[in-house]
Amino acid sequence: MTRKLLLHNEHIPGINTLDVYRKNGGYASVEKALKTMTPDEVTEEVKKSGLRGRGGAGFPAGMKWSFLDRKSEKPRYLVCNADESEPGTFKDRYLMEKIPHLLIEGMITSSYALGANTSYIYVRGEYMYVIAILEKAIEEAYAAGLLGKNILGTSYSLDLYVQPGGGAYICGEETALLESLEGKRGNPRLKPPFPAIAGLYSSPTVVNNVETIAAVVPIVNQGGDEYAKIGIGKSTGTKLISASGHINKPGVYEIELGLPVEEFIYSDEYCGGIWKGRKMKAVVAGGSSVPILPTDLILKTAKGEPRLMTYESLADGGFITGTMLGSGGFIVLDETACIVHHLYTFARFYHHESCGQCSPCREGTGWMEKVIHRIEHGHGMMSDIDLLVDVAKKIEGNTICPLGDAAAWPVASAIRHFREEFEYHVRNPEKVKNPKHFELEPFVSEKMALA
Amino acid sequence: MEGQVSKVEFSPETKALVERIIKRYPAGKQKSALLPLLHLAQAEFNGWLSVPAMDYVASILNIKPIEVYEVASFYTMYNMKPVGKCLIEVCRTGPCMLRGAEDIVEHIEKRLGIKEGETTSDGLFTLKTTECLGSCGTAPMLQCGADYYENLTNEKVDTLLEKLKTVKDHSTYMRSNRQEI
Repeated sequence: MTRKLLLHNEHIPGINTLDVYRKNGGYASVEKALKTMTPDEVTEEVKKSGLRGRGGAGFPAGMKWSFLDRKSEKPRYLVCNADESEPGTFKDRYLMEKIPHLLIEGMITSSYALGANTSYIYVRGEYMYVIAILEKAIEEAYAAGLLGKNILGTSYSLDLYVQPGGGAYICGEETALLESLEGKRGNPRLKPPFPAIAGLYSSPTVVNNVETIAAVVPIVNQGGDEYAKIGIGKSTGTKLISASGHINKPGVYEIELGLPVEEFIYSDEYCGGIWKGRKMKAVVAGGSSVPILPTDLILKTAKGEPRLMTYESLADGGFITGTMLGSGGFIVLDETACIVHHLYTFARFYHHESCGQCSPCREGTGWMEKVIHRIEHGHGMMSDIDLLVDVAKKIEGNTICPLGDAAAWPVASAIRHFREEFEYHVRNPEKVKNPKHFELEPFVSEKMALA
Repeated sequence: MEGQVSKVEFSPETKALVERIIKRYPAGKQKSALLPLLHLAQAEFNGWLSVPAMDYVASILNIKPIEVYEVASFYTMYNMKPVGKCLIEVCRTGPCMLRGAEDIVEHIEKRLGIKEGETTSDGLFTLKTTECLGSCGTAPMLQCGADYYENLTNEKVDTLLEKLKTVKDHSTYMRSNRQEI
């Protein structure tokens, strides 16, 4: 049975209310931190835990906290990134909707550690009903003396506010998020300076994902060393995985890092196998940005070792035969799925979401969308396939923020692993004009058929 | 006429809320209230942001109108043109596409007799497609106002459209018109 640290109480009726949440051990980390620990001791526990940013980049959270400019005279801010917009990712929404107080508790404890007296939760605007849930929970916390002046009778004070976004994927990039929170367009900033030095209102700022902040609660309660015992190597603790696509049981699952990918897909405890009794074709393991992998490479690494749900194992083989854990947006495609069609929706997504600031991304994402569109609809040429690889290469690494990379990686990997399908589209324009072409007749790779 | 704003001024309740929102930010940083205020303006002024509505928001925050226009036009949730009472937004990115979002769009187009991006002649429905709304595990899905409708089938869509016909207020992001389907 998996140990759960975040969702262990999700089944309790009324856990979204302060009373029930507190009766089940809620806000213990606030009591412990504010009354028995110094801010630096809290940071030290987060460092010891090995917790890595759960938004997608996987950067060690304790280290990020330690970069915060503590000598500055300016106020410090903690900003929670709840702009969850990576296709395939819906874990933060689930957590905020089911257990809003877990995020608020994490915000108080983390703000204390960072010395922030004002903190914001930036939630994507489309989650307006989640914002209402959070605001109600925050109101309860103020009434109980957990927010506001002199929290629980200590000298520490914190105001916490929720900020709605306006519908822009780019605001999940931390400096774009800060721009947006300042009431501007979500154009990412040039770095350095990093937010830890000059973030919100040019003040020292830490931006963390919802799940990262929620994980601070069990880390403070149990101690960082205890947390680090879960998982493998540098992938410590538990992770929320958003499972979607052609599986029997889509949903949010909390796993211990280190779970075999095969078990995650086929066990009834998690995805419950592929729907309609079909076979699996491919998996996008960490949200739309990460490289897509065919079945053989997602279940086993190129060396033949079982692939595990860890940052390292999923990345084994680099981008040639590996992928990334990313945000944990786990999208499964069955044998009838068309890789080109699927990729087209991602290319359209990135074109739509490019902020337009850097020309390689602004122009390149549009080209990629158009070229993939014409291949998918039976108007492509063989040279288009290499053209796509070329455009992707010219975007990657040439933009201010990682959106360009995020747009390039899915294209490059789809062609790397499924080139035959692109070629099939070019050779069989009449067949692919039917949008359901592979549902009628699943594509069989010649390479696979020979094997 | 639908979409025309006769008097651009927030109600007393909204004005009080605006005051509270502006206090969330440090003195002099009131521009931070721009995104929340645009949501409120859209909700109060017929579901879209006319130039007078944006100018009004600029005057409240004491910023230049251009600072409002450039933001309003950047974010997809702000409607720069009038929309129907029920703005239906169907997610169609990867995971939703895999679970049949395109069939749902086609079904709604047939039922309403409009294409994606259009509004019905009675001004009741506008149909849009949208990029990932973070509901991939309950795909296919659509958003109408503040509400998510998930695990859709053609039958569920039919029931929903029937029920939404009774909606009296614009279903904006600030307002729930939740109908069980």
